[in-house]
Amino acid sequence: MSELIEIRWHARAGQGAVTAAKLVADTALLQGAYIQAMPEYGPERTGAPLKAYTRVSDAPIEVHNTIVNPHIVVVLDDTLLDSVDVTEGIKDDGTVILNTEMTATEAQARLGVPAGVKVAVVDASGIAIDTIGRDIPNTPIVGALAKVTGVVPVDLVKERLTETFGKKFSQEMIDANLRSVDRAYEEVQTA
Amino acid sequence: MTATKPFSATGNQMIAEAMRQADPDVMAAYPITPQTTIVENYAKFVANGAVTTEFVTVESEHSAMSACVGASAAGARVATATASQGLALMWEELFIAAGMRLPIVMANANRALSAPINIHGDHSDVMGARDTGWILLFAETAQEAYDNTVISFPIAEDPDVQLPVMTTLDGFITSHAMERCVMEDDETVRSFVGDYAPANGLLTSPTPLGAGMFANGDSYMKSRYMLRHAIQDSLPVIERVGKAWADTCGRPFDVVDAWECDDAELIVVVLGSAAGNVRHIARELRAAGKKVGVVRPRVYRPFPVKQIAEACKGAKAIAIMDRADSLGGQYGPLAVDVLGALASAGQSAPFHNYIYGLGGNDLTNDLVHKVFDDLEKLADGSLGTGGTSYLGMQEAEGAQNIWLG
Repeated sequence: MSELIEIRWHARAGQGAVTAAKLVADTALLQGAYIQAMPEYGPERTGAPLKAYTRVSDAPIEVHNTIVNPHIVVVLDDTLLDSVDVTEGIKDDGTVILNTEMTATEAQARLGVPAGVKVAVVDASGIAIDTIGRDIPNTPIVGALAKVTGVVPVDLVKERLTETFGKKFSQEMIDANLRSVDRAYEEVQTA
Repeated sequence: MTATKPFSATGNQMIAEAMRQADPDVMAAYPITPQTTIVENYAKFVANGAVTTEFVTVESEHSAMSACVGASAAGARVATATASQGLALMWEELFIAAGMRLPIVMANANRALSAPINIHGDHSDVMGARDTGWILLFAETAQEAYDNTVISFPIAEDPDVQLPVMTTLDGFITSHAMERCVMEDDETVRSFVGDYAPANGLLTSPTPLGAGMFANGDSYMKSRYMLRHAIQDSLPVIERVGKAWADTCGRPFDVVDAWECDDAELIVVVLGSAAGNVRHIARELRAAGKKVGVVRPRVYRPFPVKQIAEACKGAKAIAIMDRADSLGGQYGPLAVDVLGALASAGQSAPFHNYIYGLGGNDLTNDLVHKVFDDLEKLADGSLGTGGTSYLGMQEAEGAQNIWLG
């Protein structure tokens, strides 16, 4: 059987989760993978909880539904933990990556996941404010994802990001995003 | 090969690209979710000079199809796109387009109908066009949405067909999800699609013509009889054009995609994107030694009766999955068609009809497993044949075996 990796993104509208879901898919595509990326469409209001999905596989992806048993869960806003069961259905050996100021140990306790689930934390918002100047944690968290899961290599993420952002942003903004990826890659901590 | 490198795109982007490559003379369209990005992308092509199309902005879908009818009758290559309430608003024009034998190509991003209001994917809209005389194609993936749209033009415009074609994809599920795709180069598509030379264009014909005239009983019925033959006889043309495109692009084409049906005992018949969900689980079951098969009509009108019956001939149980209901009828539209196909071939097997995924309701892997579990029960007789249920709503009172009780 071919390997299919399923990533579920939890965020608030405006944090760039859909861009991140697509960035990971597009980066995997550069490596020759089959991909799928889609948001869960609903009423779009800034700040509302939303989900997005990325699938990466070495074979064509036939399934077209939402991801209920993710290998990887990425959470872009830790205030969602109060209202959303972000780890619902996660694989026993899955990985959670959380944008938070909590330590990995604190996050692990807070999430209450089984011992087999790897919990990683990074202050992606802090990094985004430092580098990009705004709390848009989507690009740094992809750097953390590259480090912790290896689904996509960080160099290729940066290559893809440069290409995508090159169409609409200044070089200064692209460089700030690239720095945010590098910093999250370095600073992400696992329990 | 002439294909591009793989890139990521949504189904709507792929349809817009296919239409760009076919470069119709006229597009008249009105935006509606989840189709909007097709005409939005196309409007950019027009603005950037990438196509020669005259883009007609109209005030409603009724006007959009009216403008398409007029342009097509005049002798132009015409394309448009719609969905849901928009397709419903076109309803009377759909019959006119087919009755006047106008080879209009229209994309439909299949979506639920109100009420309640819902913008998500199901087949309620397109099933309303089932009996209009349009050829109906269902795409499973963004890639197939592209391929189906490319072949729609030569099918519609074939002198032996001369019928409108609806190239459909599932709203949001396929229209908005980003997938890995490839595209043939513009030259390849342009030469495959060719130039349109209308046989009877009102503005191109050397002799004066009338179209859409009044017809009394006898001539009206004769006209409808000819229309029935025209759409019935289009199936071999669809197959020929589809196979020719498959030879060009290297991606397979069959009017019915019969997956592992040679020795299949438990068969699911399903349209569109959901076929992928079912095959995803069917592969696991095959690997575990279960003789399961998946039948997916890629062409729904004309209904490929013989191919469906052939694919199901070894079945010990059949599940027919409908993403639309026929309210007040016993079964959903696909089930009625499949049962008709089996009856006309003298075949029968225990079956169950599932109404699933209405308003974009998720077809989860668990629900697909439930269908295969039921098939085993149908085959061994522990579940009676002929039932209908709303899949995933078994807990709702009376939702299971609606017509059996």
